Amino acid sequence: MKEKQSLVSIHDFTKEDILRIMELAADFEANPDQRLLYGKVVASLFFEPSTRTRLSFESAINRLGARVIGFSDMNNTSVTKGETLHDTIRVISNYCDMIVMRHPVEGAARYASEVSRVPVVNAGDGANQHPSQTLLDLYSILKTQGRLDNINIMMVGDLKYGRTVHSLLEALSHFKAEFTFVSPPELQMPTEYKMQLYERGISYYETADIMERMAMADIIYMTRVQRERFSDIMEYERVKNAYILRNDMLVDTKPNMRILHPLPRVNEIATDVDSNPKAYWFQQTENGVYTRMAIMAYLFGVK
Amino acid sequence: MSEQQENHKKGILEVSAIENGTVIDHIPPTSLFKVIKLLNLDRTTHQVTFGTNLKSKRIGTKAIIKIADKYCADEEISYISLVAPTARLSIIRDFEVAEKRQVEVPTHVEGFVKCANPMCVTNHEPHVKTRFDVFTRGGELVLRCKYCEKITTQEQIEIIR
Repeated sequence: MKEKQSLVSIHDFTKEDILRIMELAADFEANPDQRLLYGKVVASLFFEPSTRTRLSFESAINRLGARVIGFSDMNNTSVTKGETLHDTIRVISNYCDMIVMRHPVEGAARYASEVSRVPVVNAGDGANQHPSQTLLDLYSILKTQGRLDNINIMMVGDLKYGRTVHSLLEALSHFKAEFTFVSPPELQMPTEYKMQLYERGISYYETADIMERMAMADIIYMTRVQRERFSDIMEYERVKNAYILRNDMLVDTKPNMRILHPLPRVNEIATDVDSNPKAYWFQQTENGVYTRMAIMAYLFGVK
Repeated sequence: MSEQQENHKKGILEVSAIENGTVIDHIPPTSLFKVIKLLNLDRTTHQVTFGTNLKSKRIGTKAIIKIADKYCADEEISYISLVAPTARLSIIRDFEVAEKRQVEVPTHVEGFVKCANPMCVTNHEPHVKTRFDVFTRGGELVLRCKYCEKITTQEQIEIIR
């Protein structure tokens, strides 16, 4: 753990930290009304809008009995007057006991954690890290599979730019997962991450065919293939339907298999999957509140 | 026979000798100006001579820098290794090589390499010192930014001081 107990990157947490968060999340799920942070003030600083993440954090803060100050986009802040992030964070850290921040610039949360007087929880810094999402994904896997070890996970869609899949890959590497990467060639998992798996002796399989290994998966982690990621729009038109999950594709999947998605979903999961008991992305959002309660209680050292 | 070969045969140095100071030899020609910037030689008051695209048995063509009356700090030497890993340093005293120094790759670098990621906070916020961990991947030196966690490859290294 870093000094001042910030959570900026999933790398800040050891395997033991992660397992403790899982225990605490389960504890908060069993009893969500624990005012362990009564009297504390948490600043929720969203330099770019993210309604779901912000409300999930603010719900967690409220359930812990703390109070929230903050903003939901930077239009009404001194940033528009040209104030540096350094000054904004130095000032606000005098008003609160913890900062939860979302920022479009990569590395902003690490820098904030260096200049802040209070712990910083990264709620997403551009395309870099979003550790509470990773931890809630892990908690969802643990809840649905009863374990984190040796999970067969199939990651689908934009594996090149998707920060959620990168962080989840790194976190699951602690638990000897088996990975299948399903993406169009333009959006394959970057070599850097595959080399990390190779160095850790973890096997992975790459394919462009979503059906090829679906029957083996414990978890299907869906992400969106975005049009703007393609330099060749014709190529996008050619591949876009290959990465849409429909209910009839799930017939031969394992009974324990569950489908996760970091949301927002656009069209990559057909709505006919919603009623399938293997659809799990809405419960996943509920798990997010308990996981964020766990993270804050853990960083404050009250649990 | 080229003029360079002829000079070499005649024992004429392509870059004149210095009485006291530092010679940095075997620099890849494409890294010459990076080394000059790294050591602030574009602003120094020391006498500096350099040559580039000279013949080298070890690396094909090379560049060489001779700096009169300057002895590099260990930190500066380790930074040279990032942009010119083949470089060799000689300390000259009284026209003689008094000491040869090997450039050693540092494990961390702070404040003089620009992060290659345009979205990194170090390229947006004023006064943030860049910080990198240095390691080898696939035989290549790479730098990982402490802030955005992205990789800057040796080829992408841009000196910012």
